[in-house]
Amino acid sequence: MSDIENNPLADLLICAAARIWQDDGEVLASGIGLIPRIAASVAMTKNPDLMMTDSEAYIVSEPVPVGKRNGYQPQFETWMGFSRVFDTLWGGGRHALVGPTQIDRFGQANISAIGDYNKPKVQMLGMRGFPGNSMSHANSFFVPSHNTRVFVEGEVDTVCSIGYNPERLPRGYSFDDIDIRQIITNLCVLDFATETKAVRIQSLHPGVSVDDVLENTGFPLEHADDLPITAAPTDEELEILNKVDPNNLRLKAI
Amino acid sequence: MNKLQTSQQAISTLQSGMTIGVGGWGPRRKPMALIRELLRSDITDLTVVAYGGADVGMLCAAGKVKKLIFAFVSLDFIPLEPYFRQARQNAAIEVMEIDEGLMLLGLRAAAMKAPFIPTAVGLGTDALAGNAEIQSIDSPYDDKEWLAMPALNLDAALVHVDRADNRGVCQINGPDHYMDDVFVRAAEHVIVSCDELVETSHFHQDSKQAHSVFWERSCTNIVVHTPYGAHPSSCTPLYGLDAAHFKTYAASVKAEGGWQSYFDEYVGISEQDYLEKVGGADSVKALPLPIY
Repeated sequence: MSDIENNPLADLLICAAARIWQDDGEVLASGIGLIPRIAASVAMTKNPDLMMTDSEAYIVSEPVPVGKRNGYQPQFETWMGFSRVFDTLWGGGRHALVGPTQIDRFGQANISAIGDYNKPKVQMLGMRGFPGNSMSHANSFFVPSHNTRVFVEGEVDTVCSIGYNPERLPRGYSFDDIDIRQIITNLCVLDFATETKAVRIQSLHPGVSVDDVLENTGFPLEHADDLPITAAPTDEELEILNKVDPNNLRLKAI
Repeated sequence: MNKLQTSQQAISTLQSGMTIGVGGWGPRRKPMALIRELLRSDITDLTVVAYGGADVGMLCAAGKVKKLIFAFVSLDFIPLEPYFRQARQNAAIEVMEIDEGLMLLGLRAAAMKAPFIPTAVGLGTDALAGNAEIQSIDSPYDDKEWLAMPALNLDAALVHVDRADNRGVCQINGPDHYMDDVFVRAAEHVIVSCDELVETSHFHQDSKQAHSVFWERSCTNIVVHTPYGAHPSSCTPLYGLDAAHFKTYAASVKAEGGWQSYFDEYVGISEQDYLEKVGGADSVKALPLPIY
């Protein structure tokens, strides 16, 4: 693979996303989709306390490289069929990185349907495990294309995951029961203000301005006057990337 | 007790208006031969409960579905199931959309004959707010709101397994039996299709055999021998999913009368002809196992 074919943005996003798990300890790191899964693989290589599956039915002792296995044998250590995934996630021992189609100012997310729910303009997957994930454990979001169709002005069309929306907070629960960590986009890293839970810009990717982010977001964002630049991948991380994505699938994914 | 029947006999035990659960997950180990038999029947007006793939898509396309209880419908590598999508966008079916785990809890409630199972899953989302049939309740033990996931009582369940004997001992050797055991226990009437019909002595080879049997034979009402009966979905470790066939199926939605053409070519024929049509036993056996 020559240098011309490298993809600095993909590497930057993956390594930024990998950091969502850095302080998590011994939890199941689930990256749903190619880039989130590579990110989880980088995170687990750096922090072997994390647990990952082979994306099918086993916990593995080291991340399984994505794509063609080329003779690689996954290192199974524990059976983890789908029914057991629910036992794990309901217990809270998981941090998932998922890619919603819509996200709103409350951190509520949608992967189900766009438009009128009874006759959707676009029917997508369905809400999958979003309701249970968001009520049970930490979640972060990956958005490869940061724009106002994803970061919508009002509420998401179908509320698949619970967010920091006081109107929808169930009786007896507080925002402390909900744990939405970070949103990694192609422009920046967002998180939620500790007290107000307002969405705020945590860091900007190289070459991106605050205005770029604000213009492409359908709701206001909090931000410091002087924002840090998202940390570039380290040499160690780039080395890990080549190991967990030996077929360079990430190059075409962003 | 010999529970062996033909797929036609088995499907004739079902009736219009029933609530039917379908085992498997997306494009994985779906009882597609039984689904095709159902598509050939005049049974309709069904409520379908499934972790959906082409089973749900085809039943929607054929107008068999009155109501769908689902968390997703997807072919994985083709994320959006074409005929499910069409049915939704045309408002052709009623839906009860729930979380994957809520479906598991609803089936478990049915299996244990409880009216509901309390859970925090779904609170604050449209899994609760968007479903008139799902209520939240007060707890006698704390001051929080709990979602009361109602039992998903199934009139019948259709599942596909690697092998079975004619008494209904069913073995799944793939890496995941998904929620098939819970579908089976949630149902009044269980029809199991199997790739291989074996003598009971098969299970006596060593004690490991019994570890891949996930429900006792008393749960199985009917056994149907359908070689390659999960096709075009996968039945790991026996065969992978047929990506080319799924693409043909998915592309058919774009043509005028596309479903009817697909039906005429692949459904409105015998299962023997179907197997030949999709390349024959050797070619299905050679389908690569999926890598996720």
